[in-house]
Amino acid sequence: MPELRTEEMVLNMGPQHPSTHGVLRIELVVDGEVVVEAIPHIGYLHRCFEKHAEAMNYQQVVPYCDRMDYLASMSNDFSYVLGVEKLLKIQVPERVEYIRVIMAELQRIASHLVAVGTYGLDIGAFTPFLYCFRDREMILDLFEMTCGARLLYNYMWPGGLSHDITPAFIEKTKAFIKHFRPAVKELNDLLSYNEIFVKRTANVGILPADVAVNYGASGPTLRGSGVKWDLRKDDPYSVYHKFDWDVVVGTGEMGTLGDCWDRYMVKVWEMEQSLRIIEQAIDNIPEGDVHAAIPKRVRPPVGEVYVRSETPRGELGYYIVSDGGQSPFRLKARAPSFSNLSLLPAISRGYLIADMIAIIGSVDIVLGDVDR
Amino acid sequence: MHNFITYYLGTGFWTSLLSSILPLIWIFPYALVAMWIELKVSAHMQDRLGPMRTGGWHGWAQPLADVAKLMQKEDIIPVAADKALYVLAPVLVFIGSYAAYAAIPFSPAYIGANINLGIFYIIAVSAIVVLGILMAGWASNNKWSLLGAMRTAAQLVSYEIPSSLAVLAVIMVAGSMNLNDICAAQSGWFWNWFAFGRFPFLFITFVIYFIASLAETNRAPFDIPEAESELVAGYHTEYSGMRFAFFYLAEYANMFTVSAVATLLFFGGWNSPFGAFMSGPVWGLFWLLSKAMVLIFVQIWLRWTLPRFRVDQLMYLSWKVLTPFALANIFIVGLWTVLK
Amino acid sequence: MNANEIHERIKTAFPDAIIEFKSEGVFEPFIVIRPELIREVSRYLFEEPDLNFDYLMSLSGVDFNDGNLGVVYHLHSMGRKHRIVLKVRVSKGKPDVPSVESIWKTANWHEREAFDLFGILFLNHPDLRRILLPDDWEGFPLRKDYKVQEYYQGMKVPY
Repeated sequence: MPELRTEEMVLNMGPQHPSTHGVLRIELVVDGEVVVEAIPHIGYLHRCFEKHAEAMNYQQVVPYCDRMDYLASMSNDFSYVLGVEKLLKIQVPERVEYIRVIMAELQRIASHLVAVGTYGLDIGAFTPFLYCFRDREMILDLFEMTCGARLLYNYMWPGGLSHDITPAFIEKTKAFIKHFRPAVKELNDLLSYNEIFVKRTANVGILPADVAVNYGASGPTLRGSGVKWDLRKDDPYSVYHKFDWDVVVGTGEMGTLGDCWDRYMVKVWEMEQSLRIIEQAIDNIPEGDVHAAIPKRVRPPVGEVYVRSETPRGELGYYIVSDGGQSPFRLKARAPSFSNLSLLPAISRGYLIADMIAIIGSVDIVLGDVDR
Repeated sequence: MHNFITYYLGTGFWTSLLSSILPLIWIFPYALVAMWIELKVSAHMQDRLGPMRTGGWHGWAQPLADVAKLMQKEDIIPVAADKALYVLAPVLVFIGSYAAYAAIPFSPAYIGANINLGIFYIIAVSAIVVLGILMAGWASNNKWSLLGAMRTAAQLVSYEIPSSLAVLAVIMVAGSMNLNDICAAQSGWFWNWFAFGRFPFLFITFVIYFIASLAETNRAPFDIPEAESELVAGYHTEYSGMRFAFFYLAEYANMFTVSAVATLLFFGGWNSPFGAFMSGPVWGLFWLLSKAMVLIFVQIWLRWTLPRFRVDQLMYLSWKVLTPFALANIFIVGLWTVLK
Repeated sequence: MNANEIHERIKTAFPDAIIEFKSEGVFEPFIVIRPELIREVSRYLFEEPDLNFDYLMSLSGVDFNDGNLGVVYHLHSMGRKHRIVLKVRVSKGKPDVPSVESIWKTANWHEREAFDLFGILFLNHPDLRRILLPDDWEGFPLRKDYKVQEYYQGMKVPY
């Protein structure tokens, strides 16, 4: 009997596809439904961040940082202002540091809620998605009452903050923490430990730790592989060293270490750790003036600095080169999603198209961050 | 008297015409109501309100507005599509689901065609749907559609086996394939229903049938053929306007068929749960429809709770879990029936 | 290990690789390496057990605005918890830098980005294509002497 001849098919996933989380195009070479090769094509959302930055003041860059990873604007700004402050050798008041940490952690929860919720959506569970957005809405309300914006805040400025927080903010944040603890449990019952969900995500898209490090993965993607690495602990910045919390890593309890379930679950656990940090910070905010250290003119001396911080998606680094002028000579953003996405071809070979969706979702990319 | 129309008009052309149109009069309002229920149920499960404005009271007119929108929409046929098949597919899908209505006894006084192989007929004509979906996927000339159609074919063919085996167990107990007779065999109080007969084996059979029927209607967690987040929309990606509405209508028609069949086989069909109390032709209609609607609610409930299976897991469930269980059940129920 | 010690190690292993080493008066000490040897030096830093630079944090292209382009490597060691910055300088006329993709896979996309925006040619890179800009874009936007093209596929570019 002659062999039945089969052919591989090239399938274009994206740029408009419900599960590519934005305008990502993946060229899939499939054999039936089995993925032979996955080649990501990016750049559809390239907004020339680095080129723009060279034509602007240091302060004017902040709103552009907001727009890189639009689900974690606070964290983006945080990293940038740390860099500029380091160049300017500014010491910001303690109160500013505390508020920044609270904001960054609230942002982490908000961002993880989107990631976790849309991941459920990718797997086919619609309801957890809306539960997550309900809770995220409360965080956005908190941001709104502080700086007026819900998504792109322009809140952290070099040397300080745009607005101080109000007593009502503290009260509502505490109410949120009280509400959110049981909500995480509800999410776990509904989605995380759901039999079908576990079957879909465990043992899929396994990312070994050495591969993850070699590809420059960071954030939950790296920790999902069991690497205990979090810049907030390992390269502490701001006031993170004052708080008591744990770095959570994937355990492989449902399948293999580094599978999609681990990457997903690390995000859920991280939300709980963020709550712990906020709880400790919210009660101990020192008094002070958040505008005190804001410089009138930002003109850093000649020099260069590479700062990095842990955003919800991983290591966001800014390489800032100053030539003494009032705009950066060179500003490079090392986006976490960019490096995380680059390992997609390495972990998707041999899985089904349905698994491909699970893998893309678990790596948790934001295309604004990838393309900048 | 199985068909009250025969009673008044005798047998002949007008009776056939009336009997074939009657279910249609049911399907359209039912589909609208079911759509609205789905919108509202899903909304309330997800901590939101759903449509609240269209038509005033709790957005009751939303499905009407949706239908009006679908009818006005431009009918697009892709240039590279196989036109004849493309046009035929939605019609065929709807025919497949509609033809099944002929053998459903809505009430002791109404069944479209009181054929002795009623349940067998329903299983057989429902299979036409597979052809329609395959056609749609192939004719669209779209890779996503094709993948969706292939998945559907595999899924529907696989799940017909456990569902047919489940039906077989009931047939053995009832001793008939005529749905009216099966119903009559469950008359009396609700403990006479087959779901509670031969306890617990027929109840397990019901569970098997219900799971398989979810897969046959392409509802979550078995909505793999459509799998929005994977295949965009599966076999009906390229369809718009009325042709899409046909697929949609067929899905809801199918939901009712499988729920009605489950009701007839396991929950006494048109029988009142309280013996002779509230029984009769009109009450019969009421009981059948309300029992079926409860099952439809369960389908909606499951859809908005569970994630989606993967293709291979779906096949695993059908061939390695449901089919062996159904076979074992048949064996036990058969033995019980023989020894009794 | 601090920057001075790392510098000493490289100097012993590759006596002619280092052009400049600066550790005073800067935020981060850096070592300027001869471009031809960057891959060998990188492999050395990666493989030596007590150096163990397993994590490439960032790879940036830079236009120094003096006729030279550069690549800046920010390296970090997860096990040893130390870091170092490597730099190479190449002339705009012949911007050839050996690729370090075979050492750190991170470099794959970062080098493509540097090629895309600066036109730095990474030798032996497996897939050196534009990554962020369209394939048929002209010029390298982050070079300081970049002039934007008038039209792209019939669309006016400068607004």
